[in-house]
Amino acid sequence: MMELLDILLAGSFWAAAVRIASPLIFATMGELICERAGVLNLGIEGIMVIGAFTGWIAVYMGAPLWWGVAAAMLAGMTFGLLHAILTVPFGLSQHVVGLGVTLLATSTSYFVYRLALPEVTSPPRIEPFQNLPIPILSDIPLIGPAFFNQTPLTYAAFACAGLTALVLWRTPLGLAIRAAGENPSAVAAQGLSVTGLRMGAVIVGSGLMAVGGSFLTLSAFSSFFFEMVNGRGWICVALVVFGAWRPGKAVLGALLFAAFDALQIRLQQTDIGQIVPYQAFLAVPYVLSILALILMSRRAEVPAALMIPFNKGER
Amino acid sequence: MRLEPIANPPLARRLGLPALAIAATTAFGSGLAAVAGADPFATLGLILTGAAGSRFALLETLNRATPLIFTGLAIAVAFRARLWNIGAEAQLYAGAILTVLVGTSGLGLPFVHPAMALAAIGAGAVLLLGPVLLKTRLGVDEVVTTLLLNFVVLLLVSYLLEGPMKDPGGMGWPKSEPLPREARLPRIVEGLRLHWGFALALIAAVAVWVIQTRTTLGYEIRAVGLNPRAARFAGIPVGAVMVKTALLSGGLAAMAGFSEVAGLKGHLSLDLSPGFGYTGIIVAMLALLHPLAVVPSALFVAGIFVGADSMSRAAEVPTYIADMLLAAALLFMVLALGLTRYRVVRG
Repeated sequence: MMELLDILLAGSFWAAAVRIASPLIFATMGELICERAGVLNLGIEGIMVIGAFTGWIAVYMGAPLWWGVAAAMLAGMTFGLLHAILTVPFGLSQHVVGLGVTLLATSTSYFVYRLALPEVTSPPRIEPFQNLPIPILSDIPLIGPAFFNQTPLTYAAFACAGLTALVLWRTPLGLAIRAAGENPSAVAAQGLSVTGLRMGAVIVGSGLMAVGGSFLTLSAFSSFFFEMVNGRGWICVALVVFGAWRPGKAVLGALLFAAFDALQIRLQQTDIGQIVPYQAFLAVPYVLSILALILMSRRAEVPAALMIPFNKGER
Repeated sequence: MRLEPIANPPLARRLGLPALAIAATTAFGSGLAAVAGADPFATLGLILTGAAGSRFALLETLNRATPLIFTGLAIAVAFRARLWNIGAEAQLYAGAILTVLVGTSGLGLPFVHPAMALAAIGAGAVLLLGPVLLKTRLGVDEVVTTLLLNFVVLLLVSYLLEGPMKDPGGMGWPKSEPLPREARLPRIVEGLRLHWGFALALIAAVAVWVIQTRTTLGYEIRAVGLNPRAARFAGIPVGAVMVKTALLSGGLAAMAGFSEVAGLKGHLSLDLSPGFGYTGIIVAMLALLHPLAVVPSALFVAGIFVGADSMSRAAEVPTYIADMLLAAALLFMVLALGLTRYRVVRG
């Protein structure tokens, strides 16, 4: 018990939780934007892989870090465009297309990696984003190290969540996007293009997912490994449901989730870790996600037109 | 642009568009080879000969196709009812665990093969039952739950192989005790490296086809898949059909685990499946969800993998070209299927 208290009172624990939450926040916002417009994007897992890879290879080739982030975003938007074309105007199964995009984006990353570095056994490291402490604020106990002594990309994640909430709920564009996911016929009756809104949402959302992936290589691990995304994309799909399709709640969900993840890593080092096999700790994020889905199922406010293709003139 | 449904698509459209999808995949593959700096035709030729150019290659492809037929059937059955089972990987491993547990139990069971297979099927079926009950009772999306369970089950396997099921004579490798000789599936023809799992997979394909076309359950599955609301209106118990579909789908995926352990590897390890559960989705979609077409589809997919492995040893093209090709094939095929039923019109 004392050990648990020690963990929870350490600034490093909260700093780790916010660090773990950062890529999830980017990708969850991306998925949220897609689903608010009415499109389930299961390409998320693969788009995070291509983002992690593109960001890393760009920086490895000599690009500045922020250009790496931009390159990742562009790669994500490209696969988002593919997903959007197939699911929006063509109205194909969002499940199958999403999984196909995940498989294609993942294998493209691995193929290009092997092509670019054929002889390498351990992937080369890059110089990642460094912590940027905010003066004065970073000195606050617990909150300081958690929120004000992180890499610029973490600050960007929170800014991205704020911007997502602002655009979706305080602008006419956001209203149109949300309406495309609730009542597309009404949007079309207004003379707006449901196809355009949905495609735009999927492309931008996919870009954010890829930035989330690039966080892993440019801010967290400074190198690219196969299977480094490791189901984070699927967890983000669960986080959108957990957050009831609202950016603020989704960010809280991501932080809560990341705190559990940071906790299980630390608990492995304690006496409990001697008794419980480490695989049980590693399973915590996935089990938590499933539990979150079950808990939220009763009061889920699913966008009414989610996964329903819109075809003009059909009712 | 908008889509206009075609009431009765002509045969030319129903066969021509999938053929076009295969052609587009080939063109895509040639492009990839060119990007990798290799001769496209030579690369595709090497994949072809690597998959079917010799007796050894052909047997390798048949062996690789065996688990893919099972997982492909599992997905085809589920997707037909619009049950999105993306957890075939976990169900495969659940089947493999039970196969090893029963096979190495030392009880001297008289019918050890059916006992192992039934235990495996039970494990796979139960594993999919959870997500499906969550779907039908609470409306929890089964895509995410089955996906997440893949990670949980793989961690469970890792735990079992380092703990309770660890092979004492395994030199520290995380693998299970090997099955005794009598629990292994024999070869179909003595001297040929092809085990009875392949024959079982073919039988399973025919059995699924019979279920789908000749039984009430098959009719109900199709009705639920086409329109769940109409099916419910027609008095079909949608929840019960979903559960039956889940048991069938999970059991089929688990058979892949049984067949790999008892027929090929002889023990359980963490590399038992290089993603057969996920590849099953591609197999099922390329087969247009038809159980008999799953067999040639699995052979095609297995051939691409085996051929690309052999090609990448000869040419400087990464073996991941196989995964890219198959992902592209999946997307092209879905598009072809969509365009079979709808035509694009302006306005």
